Amino acid sequence: MVETFLFVLLIFMIVGSIIAIETKNLLSSVISCGIVGAAVSIAFLMLGAPDIAITQVVVEILILVILIRATITIDNTAIEAHWDTFAVVSSLIFFGLFLVFAFLAVQELPPFGQPLMRVSKEYLQTGLQKTGAANVVAAIILDFRGYDTLGEATVIFVSILGSFVILRRRGRKRRTEADTEKVGILSEAEIREDYGDLRE
Amino acid sequence: MILYFLTLVLFVMGVYCLIAKKNIIKKIIGLTITDYAINLFIIIIGYRAKGIAPIMFKNMTIQELAEYGVDPLPQALVLTSIVIGLGVLSLMTSICLRLYEKYKTFDMSEINRLKG
Repeated sequence: MVETFLFVLLIFMIVGSIIAIETKNLLSSVISCGIVGAAVSIAFLMLGAPDIAITQVVVEILILVILIRATITIDNTAIEAHWDTFAVVSSLIFFGLFLVFAFLAVQELPPFGQPLMRVSKEYLQTGLQKTGAANVVAAIILDFRGYDTLGEATVIFVSILGSFVILRRRGRKRRTEADTEKVGILSEAEIREDYGDLRE
Repeated sequence: MILYFLTLVLFVMGVYCLIAKKNIIKKIIGLTITDYAINLFIIIIGYRAKGIAPIMFKNMTIQELAEYGVDPLPQALVLTSIVIGLGVLSLMTSICLRLYEKYKTFDMSEINRLKG
């Protein structure tokens, strides 16, 4: 049941991503990308991961807002004049090879519906007793693997800082005048006026 | 099996968009699709047949949860990965907006001067 539903959903996602990749208009491309994200969120819900589904919906909305901000007000025209034959042909050959080897490698994975649960069994059995959290996923991200979440927060902080610096409207102030005035250091001309030329 | 393979097809299409397209926004969309595909692949590997979400409800024993709950470890890792994907995307988009201000285009082949 779940497998059939996921199969249909994955076909839907693949069609959506083909539209997102090949359509000429940038805005429809962004919206098709949003369709793929919504389907991914439904798939998470079917796979027993409600936390991930909620996060995916929120992140999806933010991605749409950011990308529409980037595309809608400025350039909405398609770029179609040049067609890089070498890149297209070489990537198609590479991806054909990749899919062949992926098809072979996928046979070695544990089959769908029977995961290896060596570590997770321990978490499921002792999570409530050790951490007091009813949600085992929350117990893992906040207690068992708290440093991972700390690293995540650091990455988010650095990326927000980076986009803030890049998108900042004004540049840095000119150092010679503004800084000396603010701190109260005398400028070179004032020093020369008060004390004479010190270098002699 | 076929589900894993379809997820990898989605991954390949994202990477194709990343390599072969000229528009920078298209490249960002390709990276986003790649991101989705990898997250979905990891979650699908952790699914257990007839599984329930790994959350304790009121009238449920721990034995029941350990018997039927899906793998919670990939979910915790993917939760981190999704949010990091958002941070990377916002950084890329801000760089693209700056590039547009300077060159007046999103076309990759016209943005060829590295400095100046």
